Amino acid sequence: MSQSTHLDQVTIRFAGDSGDGMQLTGTQFTNTTAMVGNDLSTLPDYPAEIRAPAGTLFGVSGFQLQFSSHEIHTPGDQVDVLVAMNPAALKVNLQHLRDNGIIIANADAFSLRNLKLAGYEQNPLEDGSLEGFQLFSVPITRLTREALVEVAISSKDKDRSKNFFALGITYWMFSRPLEVTLKWIEEKFAGKPELIEANKKALNAGYSYALATEVFTTTYTVEKAKTTPGKYRKITGNEAVSLGLIVAAEKAGRPLFLGGYPITPASDILHNLAKYRHYDVKTFQAEDEIAGVGSAIGASYSGALGVTASSGPGIALKSEFIGYAVMTEIPLVVINVQRGGPSTGLPTKTEQADLFQAFYGRNGEAPLPIVAAKSPADCFQTALEAAHMAIKFATPVFLLTDGYLANGAEPWLIPDVADIPEIKEPLAVSGKEYLPYKRDPKTLARTMAVPGTEGLEHRLGGLEKEDLTGNVSYDPENHHNMVRLRQKKVEKVAGFIPPPDFSGEEQGVLLIVSWGSTFGTVFSAVEEARKQGRQVSWIHLRWINPLPEMLGKLIHNFKHVLVPEINAGQLVKIIRAEYLVDARGFDRVRGLPLQTHELVEEISSYFEE
Amino acid sequence: MNTIETLEQKEKKYTKEDFTSDQEVRWCPGCGDYSILAQMRRLLPELGVKKENVVFVSGIGCSSRFPYYMDTYGLHGIHGRAPALASGIKLANPDLTVFVITGDGDALSIGGNHFIHLCRRNIDVTVLLFNNRIYGLTKGQYSPTSERGKITKSSPYGSLEEPFNPVKMALAAGATFVARSMDRDPKHLEATLLEAARHKGTSFVEIYQNCNIFNDGAFEKYTNIKTRFDNVVYLKNEQEYRFGRENDKHLFWDGHRFRVEEWKATEEPLTHNTDNLPVSMEFALAELSELEDFPVPVGVFRKRQAETYDALLTKQIEEVKKSKGQGDLQKLLESGNTWHVD
Repeated sequence: MSQSTHLDQVTIRFAGDSGDGMQLTGTQFTNTTAMVGNDLSTLPDYPAEIRAPAGTLFGVSGFQLQFSSHEIHTPGDQVDVLVAMNPAALKVNLQHLRDNGIIIANADAFSLRNLKLAGYEQNPLEDGSLEGFQLFSVPITRLTREALVEVAISSKDKDRSKNFFALGITYWMFSRPLEVTLKWIEEKFAGKPELIEANKKALNAGYSYALATEVFTTTYTVEKAKTTPGKYRKITGNEAVSLGLIVAAEKAGRPLFLGGYPITPASDILHNLAKYRHYDVKTFQAEDEIAGVGSAIGASYSGALGVTASSGPGIALKSEFIGYAVMTEIPLVVINVQRGGPSTGLPTKTEQADLFQAFYGRNGEAPLPIVAAKSPADCFQTALEAAHMAIKFATPVFLLTDGYLANGAEPWLIPDVADIPEIKEPLAVSGKEYLPYKRDPKTLARTMAVPGTEGLEHRLGGLEKEDLTGNVSYDPENHHNMVRLRQKKVEKVAGFIPPPDFSGEEQGVLLIVSWGSTFGTVFSAVEEARKQGRQVSWIHLRWINPLPEMLGKLIHNFKHVLVPEINAGQLVKIIRAEYLVDARGFDRVRGLPLQTHELVEEISSYFEE
Repeated sequence: MNTIETLEQKEKKYTKEDFTSDQEVRWCPGCGDYSILAQMRRLLPELGVKKENVVFVSGIGCSSRFPYYMDTYGLHGIHGRAPALASGIKLANPDLTVFVITGDGDALSIGGNHFIHLCRRNIDVTVLLFNNRIYGLTKGQYSPTSERGKITKSSPYGSLEEPFNPVKMALAAGATFVARSMDRDPKHLEATLLEAARHKGTSFVEIYQNCNIFNDGAFEKYTNIKTRFDNVVYLKNEQEYRFGRENDKHLFWDGHRFRVEEWKATEEPLTHNTDNLPVSMEFALAELSELEDFPVPVGVFRKRQAETYDALLTKQIEEVKKSKGQGDLQKLLESGNTWHVD
């Protein structure tokens, strides 16, 4: 007889070979958990190789998910439950498991060969080395085969269903319903009745096995999270960016054009948008990154909302064109889904090391506005804001996300489209005198005239522009003036963007300044530090260029300024240069989100003097 | 967006002055570019499109200053990337008439990749490649169309590279209109450019253009009135490949390659066919400009009707709308599994 225990929050990690379907399994658990009403945050963590050699340490693919009955902001530091589909998965992930944490291992995969590949001399399921954990050693492969004995598919295909068996066990364990996944199986494998049958049977068999055997003694329940009432869905950062762009284009009355080239981890933006032809979305898979951004600029010049999405290496290739958009003052949204660098770096891992690239990665004085999303769902709002500022100021705008935000998921309170403000920025019309570089004194933005507008024919290019006329000019004073105007224009953006998130006292011992995807970790760390009685103030930047006006005053009211980042210290240098304060960095560049407990320790150190 | 009215509806007839901008033309005196500019200003009134619907896009190089001198919309782009800008312009607004102005370095060296992919996609733009076989704006280095052994500042002992043949490249990349003309044959140039502009799909015209500063006389053999007839064969649809001062020679196809022979009337004369020439002949013809003792073909090599990328994209959008209905934003945001929190 099993007993039921209430838990407040749980972190579970599914791990196996990159061919074991762990991302799928994790995503299914996420979808079901979202439908149950828990708050959640996910961290897919997978290798760059599509099918790395089976059984190897570097081929391990993981999917971590924290879910809770209250609001949470991170996928969790330590894992409560580890599902390990082979020895390598156990070896790689055991370090993340908390003391007395649960291991569900596929015993059938712990063969001599796999043990050797993972570097185990003895079978850890049998040698007692896992004492201190709650080990459930389950012959998942064999039990799946037995469950599917009557299904007319190859044994290889049967073995592919074993992830559903493992998922079934966890569904029982955490009292999750099967319906969401059963329905998904039907849709996913429509037209392949044997596969539908096999996967459904495997899922049910895993669930029943856990229910029927006395191996598992406890089920856990995690109550619904108490969040703002309304209609919710689960959303990843890349999905949210895509939806934000479509809504922005509609609100601006300009068709959306995405010029891009496939690159991890940004490709899903191209994939998502390519589906929406019926929303007048034009996607153009260009021959390279350069043509991707070039076509987007061309489209913007024609009156569309031109967007390009990439990651660090691709952004490097686009740099010349981004500078061109600065010079020609054509709206453009550039999305950088940051990944580990330099060079090809860590394609599937997360990092925040392209902030300098966004700020300075062009020749000449080429300032542009930069906004960074703080969570997967915030990618929607930042995409809207980036598009709005690009159009309003006739400028390229950088939207920084990263691999963690792009693939990570969380519940999203779906907004009412009618409540989202219009982005109505005028284009020049026929019949009036037109000076291409005449500026609106409030924004210093020029007004665009698009081809097709009678009488406003004019020429633009990358050569320096004469003020007002936009004609080519080599005049020294004009150049000096134009450099200043382009800079001032970017500064004017500050008057049109929402204020940053700030919490705490306006003076004190410690101010934390953070940006981008570290939001969740910093939120949790600040919460924890405050529980410990530390008076910490915290400002989280979404717009990084221009920096918020309030920061200049605020930052001098603190004895210490701490800037946590997943890079070797980039925002911290900008802060030091801008405000002449002795700001300190906190950086861990591991291709993973920062860990809450590490940051809590760092915060504490400022109070122990 | 904009729909094109015909000029008759607008009751306005352009002259070349309507296409002349107020900017002073700054090419070297005697440059072949002047002739190309003059023909373009002359042919646009003939083309019959409203000038506000015309966009000139260029890269970097001497030729790429062209848009500044046309009183239409224009984008002076970055080196080699005009096809990328032009693709976005045309796809975002298929009603526009888009020209790409480029040079041998711009299109075939730094922009080679964009050039071939533009041709492959058959986006409806017209590409004018000003081929002077030299880098002019950077003051005289060899280009991807310079002959091997060329002595320049960057190749003081002679260049080691075989040149590209732009016509062959465009044919191989799948351009649906491929032609060659010359700055010093203005009538032919104007007619060829007009035909290129009227063609639906990627039109490519290689223009032999003399750089009188860094590579003077590169095409003298073909443009000089004294030598032209023996060194140029004009391609005319459904006409024989005849050339020579007395029109006394022709290209004979032996099934594998062309030979120069004295012309004799035959019952089944070999005639040019821009629509449907066998690939072997098309390329053999294009290759003649690389061979000794052969005339250089000038005129239209290929002109084929094929669906353009821009038209296909418009069609696809309409088809998806038909099958899925016009997108509804609220539904879009609410797609997938949703749940209520009360």
